[in-house]
Amino acid sequence: MWKTLTRWYHQLSSPRYFYRFASAVLPWLMPIAVLVLLTGLVWGLVFAPVERYQGNSYRIIFIHVPASSGALMGYIAMGVAGLIALVWRLKMAEVMLKAMAPFGAVLATVSLATGALWGKPTWGTYWQWDARMTSMLILLFLYLGIIALQSAIRDPRQAARAASLLAVVGVINVVIVKYSVEWLNTLHQGATLKLVGESSINDAMKWPLLISMLGLWLLYAANVLMRARTEVLNRERRSGWVATLLAPGAKE
Amino acid sequence: MSGVWRASLRRELTLIWRAPADVIQPLFFFVVVVSLFPLGLSPEPELLALVAPGVVWVAALLAVMLSLDGLFRRDQESGALDQMLSAPVMTVVPVSAKLLAHWLLTGLPLALVAPLLGYMMQLPASVLDTLALSVLLGTPTLTVVGAIGAALTVGLNRGGILLAVLVLPLYVPVLVFGAGVVRTALDGLPTDGLLAVLGAILALALSLGPLAVALGLRISAGD
Amino acid sequence: MTDPSARLTVSRLGCERDDRMLFQDLAFNARAGEIWQITGANGAGKTTLLRILVGLHGFYQGQVRWSRPLAPDLLYLGHDAGIREELSARENLQFSRALSGQSGDLDAALAAVDLYGFEDVPAGRLSAGQRRRIALARLWLGGKSVWVLDEPYTAIDQAGVAKLDARLREAAGAGVLILYTSHHRVGDGVRQLRLGAAGEGR
Repeated sequence: MWKTLTRWYHQLSSPRYFYRFASAVLPWLMPIAVLVLLTGLVWGLVFAPVERYQGNSYRIIFIHVPASSGALMGYIAMGVAGLIALVWRLKMAEVMLKAMAPFGAVLATVSLATGALWGKPTWGTYWQWDARMTSMLILLFLYLGIIALQSAIRDPRQAARAASLLAVVGVINVVIVKYSVEWLNTLHQGATLKLVGESSINDAMKWPLLISMLGLWLLYAANVLMRARTEVLNRERRSGWVATLLAPGAKE
Repeated sequence: MSGVWRASLRRELTLIWRAPADVIQPLFFFVVVVSLFPLGLSPEPELLALVAPGVVWVAALLAVMLSLDGLFRRDQESGALDQMLSAPVMTVVPVSAKLLAHWLLTGLPLALVAPLLGYMMQLPASVLDTLALSVLLGTPTLTVVGAIGAALTVGLNRGGILLAVLVLPLYVPVLVFGAGVVRTALDGLPTDGLLAVLGAILALALSLGPLAVALGLRISAGD
Repeated sequence: MTDPSARLTVSRLGCERDDRMLFQDLAFNARAGEIWQITGANGAGKTTLLRILVGLHGFYQGQVRWSRPLAPDLLYLGHDAGIREELSARENLQFSRALSGQSGDLDAALAAVDLYGFEDVPAGRLSAGQRRRIALARLWLGGKSVWVLDEPYTAIDQAGVAKLDARLREAAGAGVLILYTSHHRVGDGVRQLRLGAAGEGR
């Protein structure tokens, strides 16, 4: 078991094997991700029962919750990749970090947009500075900072290492931000956007929610693999294996 | 090692002393920005007192951030930064001396001027000491955290605005608790717990921050 | 390939910058007491090579091995000499000395580079050549066995060049390994490494 794991680790940390792995997995992962996500969404948006207090408007959680969790988990994953890139100088960790940022920023935006749409019927306003929405806004800023820093530095490896450090600092910051805005909201007791309360969530709602969440995470993974694959090709374009790969009529 | 630290501190203080514009301007900026609010909002005392904690804190935050843009630039352009990075001492040694010098001559003056600005913003005299204390506890964190951004953008030509994009989101906790302490004092509630939180954030920033700054400088040098 | 007597072993070294191979498959062994002159056209990667050797630039392929840890032995003079204009010659040198852990006499070192009488003038008011000399004064502070010098002869007048030549030869004779970039040759017996001549990128 351990041997297999270490072998995988070494293979996946080699750009060449990673490329092969990603190319083998993607044709399956992408359609599965889309299929799972669509199943969850259709189930949730069309077939799940109407909620007692919020009526149909609650259905936005089938998009909002997966997007929010994806944005947050994605950022934490970036921090982990950043730490690995800084400590072990692993090239693939740098590649992954770069690949994760754009989709994460999109998810944070989706989370904010759907949160606002949900807020209108629930609070009577599109925007309120409650703890969740504020944290998500700061998270979006952090994502944009990473993307801005990466695009400002010309050398791709230097850009990735700079972004790694920023991501690690950002993860520590996210924790404190969450704590601070929660405290801010206890000071001014306003309406807080609550998930469907523990008690009122029933299986008919839980399953489509979990399925759309899974679908979105798979889509995230597929997106990251796709971007990482392009990045690997770009970085390794001088090496022999890419040359063979790109040679006319080549097959790998 | 302590010899290097002392030599670095003396160098930094001499440098700032010879070119004081870098520390006078942030202070001036702080005063000007706060003075604009009564003109833009309304000179009404109740309203001003209500927004004063946030206004003073946002202005202090921006002043520190703007002052950091040039923190490493001239050392980088002159090649002195490469000397620090290739020296036989750990980079944190000269870097931490630099951060201390910078805070002594920018953050500390901001904390000293903050009560005056609070008074002008119609804050009651009873909370002015809390305001000064919160700025005193918060600005070292702003310096250290901002310096990470300054280290990562030191070689880039459009450093200024990029630095703001990177650093301002990281300043959120200090802003929330810093201004929060003052508002809590305004409400007549005890502030010890919140000051302790600011202190805890400061301790975290001081323990990990200089290492991150040193690493950021290495990355910017191309390592 | 590995030579036990070598202080520095470089093998298959390559570096890419802005979509261009600066150099590739570079290999050489350098021993104590040798002087290495690194030449090449502008943009051939001389500065980058030195920055790789001293550990400032980490993005390269191949190996750079120092037989002992480099940092305590290293005297590195960068392309920009590290002189702050606000500080005087003595203050600049004092900081460099503290930073690198050297211990020689400041005034003697400044006198050796003909800055006697200029010790307390802010570097910003000195000429480019004089500023370069402040940095070069470190070569007279002693205590370092690997000198990596990026264009040490820039802006130095004839008398200064002769003095620097003599200093480098004297140090090499005492067992210092010197690697420098310049088109000026210190003297006979200097090993040359030409960048861009062989192994040029596509």
